Amino acid sequence: MKATGSGAAATAVRPGRRPGQSAPPPAPAKRAGRCNVKAALIPWLFLAPALVIFAMFKFWPMAQAVKMSLYEVRPYLGDRWVGLDNYRQMLTDEDFLAAIGHTVVLAVGQTGGAIVLGMGLALLLEGSARHLWVVRTAAFLPTVAAMAVVAEVWRILYFPAPDGAVNSILSWFGAGPSQFLNSEDSSLLSVMAVGIWRGAPYDMMIFLAGLAGVDRNLYEAAAVDGASVFRRIWHVTFPALRPVFAILFTLAAIRGLRVFTEIFLLTNGGPNGATEVMMTLIYKLGLERGELGIAAAGSMLLLAATVLLTVVVRAVQARSSRQVA
Amino acid sequence: MASGFDSALGFSGRRGPVAAVAKVVVYTIVVAVFAGPLLALMVGAFTRVPDPTSLSLTSGEFTFDNFTRAFDRGVLGYLANSFIVVGGGLLLQIAVSVSAAYSLARKKFPLMKLVFLLILSTMMLPEEVLAIPLSLVLSEVNLTGSLLGMIVPVGAWAFSILVMTEFMKEIPVELEEAARLDGAGDLRVFWSVVLPLCRPALGVIGIFGFTMIWDQYLLPLLVATDAQQFTLPLALRTLRSDEEVGVGVLLAAALLALLPSVLAFLAMQRQFMRGLTSGAVKG
Repeated sequence: MKATGSGAAATAVRPGRRPGQSAPPPAPAKRAGRCNVKAALIPWLFLAPALVIFAMFKFWPMAQAVKMSLYEVRPYLGDRWVGLDNYRQMLTDEDFLAAIGHTVVLAVGQTGGAIVLGMGLALLLEGSARHLWVVRTAAFLPTVAAMAVVAEVWRILYFPAPDGAVNSILSWFGAGPSQFLNSEDSSLLSVMAVGIWRGAPYDMMIFLAGLAGVDRNLYEAAAVDGASVFRRIWHVTFPALRPVFAILFTLAAIRGLRVFTEIFLLTNGGPNGATEVMMTLIYKLGLERGELGIAAAGSMLLLAATVLLTVVVRAVQARSSRQVA
Repeated sequence: MASGFDSALGFSGRRGPVAAVAKVVVYTIVVAVFAGPLLALMVGAFTRVPDPTSLSLTSGEFTFDNFTRAFDRGVLGYLANSFIVVGGGLLLQIAVSVSAAYSLARKKFPLMKLVFLLILSTMMLPEEVLAIPLSLVLSEVNLTGSLLGMIVPVGAWAFSILVMTEFMKEIPVELEEAARLDGAGDLRVFWSVVLPLCRPALGVIGIFGFTMIWDQYLLPLLVATDAQQFTLPLALRTLRSDEEVGVGVLLAAALLALLPSVLAFLAMQRQFMRGLTSGAVKG
């Protein structure tokens, strides 16, 4: 209804349009030539807005980052070429190496945790019943909530006093109380748990889509052969889901590497640097301490890791799909 | 056939009293773990919560105090900023995606492969990786300190373009050709033939764009130069460090930041799921 309305509006706005320009009758050579130029331009006109925005906010900053990473960036004084010095400084800096370590641990833990938990949820909540749909929808809500909201809620739930929300629950099982985000020992794990909590329902939905595509006859055949539920899942379901695992792993690992908001809001790298990740460190270096060159070098490293990971997973995926075929 | 092979595990299809109890227990735990924290947020927003330990799902009487105090702190202004950013950003994003997709799906032109690759490659260049130079570029083009700086950069999003392109490829060419024979130019064909047929896909990129822009944090952080331009998610951090407001006020603001994305998701769940699977499976 709306679309028809705007379509009519578009027609009304352009009354002077020359009809028949795209299916011209035999025309003089000159005019045909102009039409061809016009026809060649049209795809670019439609692409222009996207390309301009990408150029301005993706590729231009990207080029700047490459350049900055090779300079000592000095506002007002002019930049000084330092070659790979920024990279060397970064890779010999203890804080940075620690941040890389935290980033990898967090990315692996969150990715793995979310995939395992998501798979479990998918297996438990698979089915077409209405109440299952309700449970799945409720479980999915963390994924839709803005990260900033999630972080504030968990900061409150993690309140480190014995009568904080999560500590109260732990005490039912005789565990805790924990300091959670406030202690160097538990902060990274606490952040990881929030990431898994938010990531697992997403993975669950993807797995459910994958499960729906598994041939039911295979289950039946396995049952006829006397296979247990466990063997059925191991030998029939998991192999069918292999591409889904690969995709989820890539997506989550890439997202994990560039984790920023949850750390920034939950711990801001603390306590005592125990949860400092690459992005929070880069942010502090670049925007709070003005070390733009080193921060840019850090970004380049992050980008390189992302690209490498994508390419490797794609290659492995391509090889394994060839093997299957 | 009503056999027990509705699901891989067969858990949800089990019958009998033991299975029924097991199911209720499992489902309750799942809902409590994943929806519980958000439910606690909702309850806390409407009860008096002076400090984090007094957050409770059951006790506490209903009050609207948290919201009135949150409004005193300018939360409505932040919410308005959020809506301006998400509204403007989403409109721009949809327009840009649809227009680019029309070219990619319906036209053949030299360098098309390269353009496609470039668009794909932007998926590996999120704000996080580009944060430092992006903040410089934003100030160079005078977009810092204005909501426009949070709107324009999200205007082009590879995911939307790709979903839209895939969808447009499926639209039969015959319809377009018929319109062309009637003398319609590209813009006409685009507006009155292709676009109306894309409505299902518009729902998909609409709901995804909404949640994506609503979740933006780093970009607004780079753009905002003072609290006037804060979106609601950014403002939560300031509210938290404000000693004078209690946890309840923070929860009220957080609830306002939560509801739009949750409501949008619930309203457009089917489109969301379709986008989720198509987007994930195609990378």
